[in-house]
Parts: sequence; C-alpha cells; structure tokens
Amino acid sequence: MALTADDVARLAGLARLHLTDEECAELAPELDIILNSVEQVSRVAQGDIPMMTHALPLTNVMRDDVVMPSLTPEQALSGAPATEDGRFRVPQILGDDS
Amino acid sequence: MTDTTLLTRPAHELAELLRSGEVTSEELTSLHLEQIEALNPTLNAFLVVDADGAMAAARAIDARRAAGEELGPLAGIPIAVKDNFCTRDLPTTCGSRMLEGWVPPYDATVITRLREAGLVILGKTNMDEFAMGSSTETSAFGPTRNPWDTDRIPGGSGGGSSAAVAGFLAPLAVGSDTGGSIRQPGSVTGTVGVKPTYGGVSRYGVVAMASSLDQPGPVARTVLDAALLHEVMAGHDAHDSTSIDLPVPALADAARARDVKGLRVGVVKELGGEGYDEAVEARFLEAVELLKGAGAEVVEVSCPNFTYALSAYYLIHPAEVSSNLARFDAMRYGLRLGDDGTNGAEAVTSITRGEGFGKEVKRRLIIGTHALSSGYHDQYYGSAQKVRTLVARDFDAAFEVCDILVSPTTPTVAFRLGERMDDPMAMYKADLCTIPSNLAGNASASFPVGLSDEGLPIGLQVMAPPLADDRLYRVGGFLEGALEDSWGGPLLQRMNPLPETKAVFA
Repeated sequence: MALTADDVARLAGLARLHLTDEECAELAPELDIILNSVEQVSRVAQGDIPMMTHALPLTNVMRDDVVMPSLTPEQALSGAPATEDGRFRVPQILGDDS
Repeated sequence: MTDTTLLTRPAHELAELLRSGEVTSEELTSLHLEQIEALNPTLNAFLVVDADGAMAAARAIDARRAAGEELGPLAGIPIAVKDNFCTRDLPTTCGSRMLEGWVPPYDATVITRLREAGLVILGKTNMDEFAMGSSTETSAFGPTRNPWDTDRIPGGSGGGSSAAVAGFLAPLAVGSDTGGSIRQPGSVTGTVGVKPTYGGVSRYGVVAMASSLDQPGPVARTVLDAALLHEVMAGHDAHDSTSIDLPVPALADAARARDVKGLRVGVVKELGGEGYDEAVEARFLEAVELLKGAGAEVVEVSCPNFTYALSAYYLIHPAEVSSNLARFDAMRYGLRLGDDGTNGAEAVTSITRGEGFGKEVKRRLIIGTHALSSGYHDQYYGSAQKVRTLVARDFDAAFEVCDILVSPTTPTVAFRLGERMDDPMAMYKADLCTIPSNLAGNASASFPVGLSDEGLPIGLQVMAPPLADDRLYRVGGFLEGALEDSWGGPLLQRMNPLPETKAVFA
C-alpha cells in the first residue's frame, strides 16, 4: 500500500500538526519507504506471541495520600506563552467549527 | 596560569587532585570554561554555557571542602548536561524551536543528584531535536561537529555530550539513550557511553521521547569515570514509577577489577557482516582476541530476531513519540504561534507544531500516528510489540550460556555531515546494534577499541543482563587497560588536536 500526500495530510490532522501541501508531497514517498521496510514485523510476529509493552515487568506504584511540596502557581505559570489573572490564557476552545 | 594538562586528565584523577588540595574546583571550572570558549564556536557542542553559575557552584564546593566537610567522590568536577534534562536555572530546549528559551520550574532527579554530589554544571549540550536522530544534525540550533574530524558527525542524539567529552570541553557528561543515543556517539568519538538497565537511573525530569525505551546514563573518557558518575546518577526514585528499587551494583569496583578470567563472552552472529566497515570488524575481533587471551571463554551465539529489532523499534518508537509529544500543544509552556484572536485553540496548536517541529520529528509523528491508527494498529504496533518479545527471548537464551554479549557498537565510523540527512533508513541503521538492548531493557555500553585506517574511532558494545550493569564495567575496565598498554596511552591522545584547543597531554 502506497502512502499518498492525502494520507499524510489526514494523519497530520490527527496529530494536530499543520503541514503545507509541499511538505505532505515530500513526506509521502519518504514515509512509504520507511513503512515498507518496517512492515516485515507483521510477517515475523505470527502465532501466539505475547506483546511486550515494557522492558521490565511493571507493577503499579502507590504512595501515601499526603500533601508533598510542589510547584507554586507562579512557577507553574512561569513558562506559559500567555497568562491572565494567575491562570493560563488559551485561545478560544469552542469555535464556529466545533 | 593553570596547568592545561588538567583538561586531558580523567575525572577520577582530577578528583584526587581536588581531595589533596593540589587544585581547586574554581581552577578546574575556569579552565574548562576557557576551553569551551575556544572550541565551542567550532564544535557547537554546548547550546548554553553557564559560566557564572558554574563558577559560583565551584567556589561553594571549594569552601565546603576547605571547611572539612565530607564530600562525594566527584565533588568539584565540572560536567556537561544534555539539553533534555530539566534544569531550573538553565534553558532546556531539547534542540527544538518548540522549547527555545524555556526554563523548567524544576530539576530532573539526575540533576538534583549531580548537584547534591557537588558536580559543577558547565552548561547544556546540543542534541538531535527531541533526541530523534543519530548525528545531532536535526538540532534546530545547528549540528555539532566531531573533534576527530570536524567534517564528520559526533553521533546522535547525544552528539553535544560526546563532542564535549572527546574535545576536552568537559571531563564528564550525562546523556540519554533510547535507541543508542549514548552508545553510538561514544563509539564515533572514542569515548565511553553507558546505557544502564532500564529503570536503573531515574527518568524524572528528562523530557520524554519514548518512555518504555528512554534511559539516562553516563558519558566519560574513561571506564572508571563512567562508573563513578553512574553511581551518582543511579538508584531508586519515587518520582519515576519505573525506577528499580534495588541496590546499585558496585560499578567502580568492577571498573577497577581488570579481570575477565572465566567470563563467558558471546559474539552475536547477526551483528556483523554485510554493511559493516572492514575496520570496525577488524578492531572488534582484535578486542575479542584480547578477552580470549585473558582467559575469557568466547563463543558465537545467534540472536535471529535481532534482525527485526530495527523495524520493531521504528514502529514502537514513533508510536510513543506521537503520544508523548502531544504535550507540546502551545498552551502551558513553550512556543505559541497564530494566537491572533481569530484562531481557536486547535488551530493554534496545529500551527505552532507545524512551525515549531523540524522535519525528522514530523516524519516520526506521522509514522507513529499511522502505526496507532485504527485499522493499522495490529499490523504495525501490535506486531512490533510481539517482535519485542522475540528480541527479549533471544537475549534470555543467550544469557543462559553467556555472561555478556559483544558486538560492534555501530556498523561504521563517523559519517560526514549531510551524508544521510535525506535518507532516513540509512540514518536509522546507525542504531542497528544498539536498539536490541533498548527493546529488552538490559544494560549495555560502548567502549573505544581503536581507530580505522583514516584515524576515526571505533567502539565495541557490551550487553549484560538486566541489573548486571557491573559486568559492563568489568569488561570495559579490562579492555581499556589492555588496549592503553598496547597504544602507550589513551586513544584520545591520537586525535589531531584542533587548532584552538588548550588541552595538552602530560
């Protein structure tokens, strides 16, 4: 299956990543080569092989429900692109197209 | 004037000089800052240098030492830090426009431990953007150059740290290794790079790329230096849910042992042959002969699924990247573009990411989104996770008959800048030998074993079972001793000095 520029544009939309038409056209054949060469995993991974999600066995880690030192509001906001009244200021979330 | 042979001395020797009072941390720090000033315009190893902060930290350590305080073994030693470790007093950019100028509100656990151990942070080192690359060329702030040959790459993603250590801009550095980002730069710069067992060093405050693969580790010029730094960095951290809650093995002792008698060494059949430089294979085999000569039992082992590790990695890795990098949404920190009152939040996110990320990051975001999308999830991501199991089983079987495995670290010597930028698969193959240990989570390291005919460094990779990080240092320490005896000094002494360098060997 060949990846088209339209496919790249659709995936970019899902990834919230604005790409120009030129970028989509340039990326499509490059990504196609990568996907074709990694596709062999589906031929190897036949039968009843468990999936490995992590390098070592994981157990859930709990801690006591006590207040710990953490960031002040000023520290939390220190890297914000925009703030207002001690909060993150963000562009409007609900628009005409929502 | 301070003795400039100090620049080429190993960190553990500098530590002795500090302890005995023959030199101060202030002198050492100032000397390294001068070397950075002289060489960084050529190498671009550091993105930011904290001269004032470093000098203040050095004076503070000198004062504590003068007051008779008991200090750690590396107290007063300057160190370089890869720019994906959060530092509360220095920008942390990950080599990306997305985080240009961002100063984190907290320190990574590794940074906290470096500070507590009295190490002096010189600055932050260049890296491939968000650690995606094998050459440090995808950095938004220009490539780093290899001190052995400035037309060549210093490896990646941690090329800033490897170049800083190889070029004597810093005696030590920290890096992070997701598919080889500590070991491959070590190999191509003639330095030591260690990827600890996954969970051995805390990931808290290291900007996440692929969380199930990322592992911070030490970068150094000598095996003992790496071990001492590893001991400072390692150990359980309640802030990282994957942190191992077990004692750290005695790494420095292992580095000093210089004994491999009876050690069962497996040469991985699949990591060699076609695509490997002749010199890389020759230096590798010579080092294996040294091990054999010292009483190690060398056997060939087959790990057939390693052949598919690269493919599995380039599905699992982008999938985790596409999830982790979703945090860069232009809302709470970092770059924001297009917030002109007409664009909604989603459009602002999309515009910012389109402008803020470079090409390699975009490639991987699209691959990862594709690999996880409905209809393709089983074919790509699910299959890759199964291959990961097969790779881990190959390791398990090999470690039934061997104590350690060895291979070249990377198939070639340092390639030229620009050579692989338009050929992603060629770039990815630089990590062919290093990726299996990230997938399986075991400990792994690269040690310098010689030069090619054109005088470029070559590394040997040692792979040990999970939690057996000390075996890396046992092999590395032995090889370093045996090889330096045959060379008559460290490998880095054979580098043609850069015209501006202040570093000289005693």
